[in-house]
Amino acid sequence: MSTWKALTGAQAVAEAMRQANPDVVAAYPITPQTPIVEQFASFVANGIVDTEMIPVESEHSAMSCTVGAAAAGARAMCATASQGLALMWEVVAAVPGLRLPIVMPIVNRALSAPINIHCDHSDAMGATTIGWIQIYSENAQEAYENTLLAIRLAEHKDVLLPVMVMQDGFIISHGVENVEVFDDEAVKNFVGERKPDRYLLDVDHPYTIGPLALPDYYFEIKRQQEAAMENALKVYLEVGKELSKISGHDYPYFEEYKTEDAEAVIVILSSAAGTAKDAVDELRNEGKKVGLVKPKLFRPFPYREMRKALEKFKAIGVLDRSMAFGAYAPLYTEVRNALFESENRPKLQSYIFGLGGKDIFKSDIKKVFDELLSGNLNPEEQRYIRLRG
Amino acid sequence: MSEKKGWKELMRGSDLPPASSLEYKTGSWRTLRPVWDPEKCTHCMFCVAYCPDMAIPVKVTEEGVKGFGARIYKGTVRLETNFDYCKGCGICAQECPTHAIEMIREEEAVKGSK
Repeated sequence: MSTWKALTGAQAVAEAMRQANPDVVAAYPITPQTPIVEQFASFVANGIVDTEMIPVESEHSAMSCTVGAAAAGARAMCATASQGLALMWEVVAAVPGLRLPIVMPIVNRALSAPINIHCDHSDAMGATTIGWIQIYSENAQEAYENTLLAIRLAEHKDVLLPVMVMQDGFIISHGVENVEVFDDEAVKNFVGERKPDRYLLDVDHPYTIGPLALPDYYFEIKRQQEAAMENALKVYLEVGKELSKISGHDYPYFEEYKTEDAEAVIVILSSAAGTAKDAVDELRNEGKKVGLVKPKLFRPFPYREMRKALEKFKAIGVLDRSMAFGAYAPLYTEVRNALFESENRPKLQSYIFGLGGKDIFKSDIKKVFDELLSGNLNPEEQRYIRLRG
Repeated sequence: MSEKKGWKELMRGSDLPPASSLEYKTGSWRTLRPVWDPEKCTHCMFCVAYCPDMAIPVKVTEEGVKGFGARIYKGTVRLETNFDYCKGCGICAQECPTHAIEMIREEEAVKGSK
């Protein structure tokens, strides 16, 4: 039976990790991720899980440890944020090529400089081109469920890729919500045990992992990685359907909110989608045809499905919580890409908001909808929300 | 190496079957060649132990082989360097107590053999 618990987003992810009972967790504290491994360390100390917890001296070591454990055959997890992700980058980039199914919760935080501890997506958006699957979560409940889903997705034989599960720093990681924690046995049955088809500690079947591959083989190995990403699109839905049986929730590529007859929609990730839904509700009450699309699976990006969902609208505002400096913002880029093949391309507008944890309010979202409905749009211009001029 | 495999035929990721480094003949990297003089060799096994590529084969012999001081050396003895794998690093020549190994330029070795 599931139980309702008052949990922060960080604690909710720790609950998912408790239920999955990984063999190894290696991590280093970094704001605002710290409460995930802090909570998990208490589970280890109290004997609630039998995980080998390895406190390390840096994030570079954290991910190195996790890689070693995963290669040895363990279900190994790590968690980080912002500067921590930046410091472990060298090893993070190696994981997809090694095809190790590591799940790493990320608590999104702005990257230095200037130094800042609050939420934006610049940390994870920097890691969108190296082969990690990325799932974004709106709230603690989603972060919890996405972590469970991620474990099965990562370890699926047709995928075998690492997954980052995102939640917004402080807004979600430190905010207490009522979270439905599913039945331990049901979750245990769902995640099961990791059953690697080969692992380094299987001394009867030795093999080499991580050798040098020069121009004669590197390209071919990378093409395999792309095939695994293509598979991940399908497997994400399959695993989601299985999780639905426990949770009663759906796990689509993206959530559509009041888009049925909408003329103007905004596309937005993570916690700000919650604020935006309130704005949509209020505008709907005023009779305005507005809606919202919230991508969940960002890598691999479901271009075809996104095109089909978005091409029926007249105007679309894409709200990014990070910039790509000299290029279109990350989410805007993907939405624009998705719509290129459309016969009826909607009018698009790119907005940047919330960098370094700057708040966004319902009134800001309403202004965006007013702009979208008025048609005063320039798809080649980036607009900024709550930026002082 | 033989015919190279396509991306669908390779093992997943960069994983490789065991002992496959034998197929990778690093001898072509060599610019210096160790020339071993069996008559100066005491078969002390220093070169064998120090060789980073295990490119010096050994065998066990009852009848023995002739070496330093025109003596017969029995038991484990070294054989000629395996040039498929010797990269010519020169560690064997550096460590040899009897100076039985001399490093010469590879092109001179190739010329000399013609």
